Amino acid sequence: MSLAHTQSVALLGLDGHVVTVEVDIADGLPMYVLLGLPDAALSESRDRVRSAIVNCGEKWPNRKVTVSLSPAWLPKSGSSFDLAICLALLSAHETISAEAIADIVFLGELSLDGRIRAVRGVLPALIAAQKAGVKTAVVPSANYQEAQLMQGIEIIAMEHVKQVLRWLRTGEREIAEEFDLQWQPFDDTLDFADVAGQPQARLAAEIAAAGGHHILLIGPPGAGKTMIAERIPTILPSLSIAQALEVAAVHSIAGLFTNRSPTSLLAPIVSPHHTTTRVAMVGGGAHVIKPGACSLAHNGVLFIDEAPECPAGVLDSLRQPLEAGTITIARSIGNITFPAQFLLVLAANPCPCGKFSGRGLNCTCTSQQVRRYLGRLSGPLMDRIDMRVQVDPVGRVDMARTDLGETSAAIRLRVIAARSVAEVRFADYNWKLNSQIPSRALRTVFQPERAGMNFLHDELDKERITARGLHKIIRVAWTLADMHGHAIPTLDDVEQAHILRGGVEL
Amino acid sequence: MQRRNNQLTGAFGEEVVCEYLKVHHAEIIERNWRIREGEIDIIAMYPSGIFTFVEVKTRSSVAFGHPLEAITREKAHRMGRLALGWLATHGCLGCDYQIDVAAVMIAPDGSHSIDYRAAVL
Repeated sequence: MSLAHTQSVALLGLDGHVVTVEVDIADGLPMYVLLGLPDAALSESRDRVRSAIVNCGEKWPNRKVTVSLSPAWLPKSGSSFDLAICLALLSAHETISAEAIADIVFLGELSLDGRIRAVRGVLPALIAAQKAGVKTAVVPSANYQEAQLMQGIEIIAMEHVKQVLRWLRTGEREIAEEFDLQWQPFDDTLDFADVAGQPQARLAAEIAAAGGHHILLIGPPGAGKTMIAERIPTILPSLSIAQALEVAAVHSIAGLFTNRSPTSLLAPIVSPHHTTTRVAMVGGGAHVIKPGACSLAHNGVLFIDEAPECPAGVLDSLRQPLEAGTITIARSIGNITFPAQFLLVLAANPCPCGKFSGRGLNCTCTSQQVRRYLGRLSGPLMDRIDMRVQVDPVGRVDMARTDLGETSAAIRLRVIAARSVAEVRFADYNWKLNSQIPSRALRTVFQPERAGMNFLHDELDKERITARGLHKIIRVAWTLADMHGHAIPTLDDVEQAHILRGGVEL
Repeated sequence: MQRRNNQLTGAFGEEVVCEYLKVHHAEIIERNWRIREGEIDIIAMYPSGIFTFVEVKTRSSVAFGHPLEAITREKAHRMGRLALGWLATHGCLGCDYQIDVAAVMIAPDGSHSIDYRAAVL
């Protein structure tokens, strides 16, 4: 028989499609034809597969080799088909049995000596394989830890083509050492105890974590904005297993497991530099569509330092994912949707020179410069920010104190408690966090106490807040009520939320 | 000297292939038909009446890979053009034809083997 087939997975964003890899060896001039819309890296598989086969002591068929990856209309990219092509080819060449490989999914790039190299996107590929009813998958050893997150499918890790061939021919294989699938709930390298002083910013961070409110930190350089933002993941509840899998899948597509363990339950934090492009922020690319910063921050925190320095349009590209919780990228190869539910934390200096604090004595900016600087944060974006918090420079009193502030663990307990109160309240609705209450529900069901409502209406009459500002304040007030154990927001909660809103309408 | 050697090797290979064709009941029509564009090694006809153009590659060592790998896409196209050229000059345009290739490998001890592939284009 000179025809054989096996399986692999093509990824389009997070969606995997099981691909049948067919190889036909026909009489004719020695030739290698690869069908099924391969990209450049995949077309090069010919030379990798050939060298690997020869260097494993197998014979390369000097005949016409046709490799077909179906469905043919689906654009395929990357090097993860190497192993499947290699084995289908050897099977078509009758050196391994066709039945042995037909129902197995093979993932892996080949090196010229036949070793199996790590590839991107193993986890989403396995999810797709499992959905398609595949029972067994062979993955590169280097991806084993990530692959083990996947339940309900037999995972076999292999290091070398020779091992695979031995296993397929004789059934023998070394059982790879199973990694202890240990979810790591917390990471204690960062802790809120490190932050000196800053009571208001700490409170704002806690509220943001409890209610999922987006937040803008304004303060001079060195006041601790970055320090606070980096510690927000440590006070968020640890991810559920399902959420951790979502995060791991996105990071797997981006090939980013070097800086985040796939078994971490800590909410991710992504802090793109302010010179970042729109594509890097929301995702994209011409041939292979990669997730952007806002998807990598899914179920976690997206922190943008020096937000007003971002080029026009980059921040505004976040508006749609902020609203929808997903981002859909349209390119010629198709529409791809990535999850993008994140807590947005923006940081800004109070003015271009950064010294406007206290009475602003050291500031050298003109009032117009200051206004233009913060004006770069567009209205529609600021509309989605619930709190604007001043982070003042740390004074000598705070620095001199030797007792540390509250630890992340203590704050996290309160955050979890507040979130569970909200969850019970929203049991009949399709949202879970206070920041997600729609305006209609705010006006009908979720009104604060009469006195609080009167206070807000007064402010509205005096044109100190707008109608949408009013809704933002009520949402934050609900989170405050949850934290303080009030059944509905009191006047105090509303007033505090109003202060956190930052008075001014940007 | 080397060149002469290669020519001898080539001629030997073609001789081997002619024998092979005869054994398979093909009639040799012409050998080494040459025009400016190139050369057709063997033109034969099977009893079925199909003109067969044969390109012979002879190697006395596998150090440079399988002989048939020496046939690049461009060379294959040239063989196609040459075949049409022969048919045109002999007034047979439109006749059925096929292009075969044969690899002859000569072992150091003088024995040889043949790898014949029919209708490769």
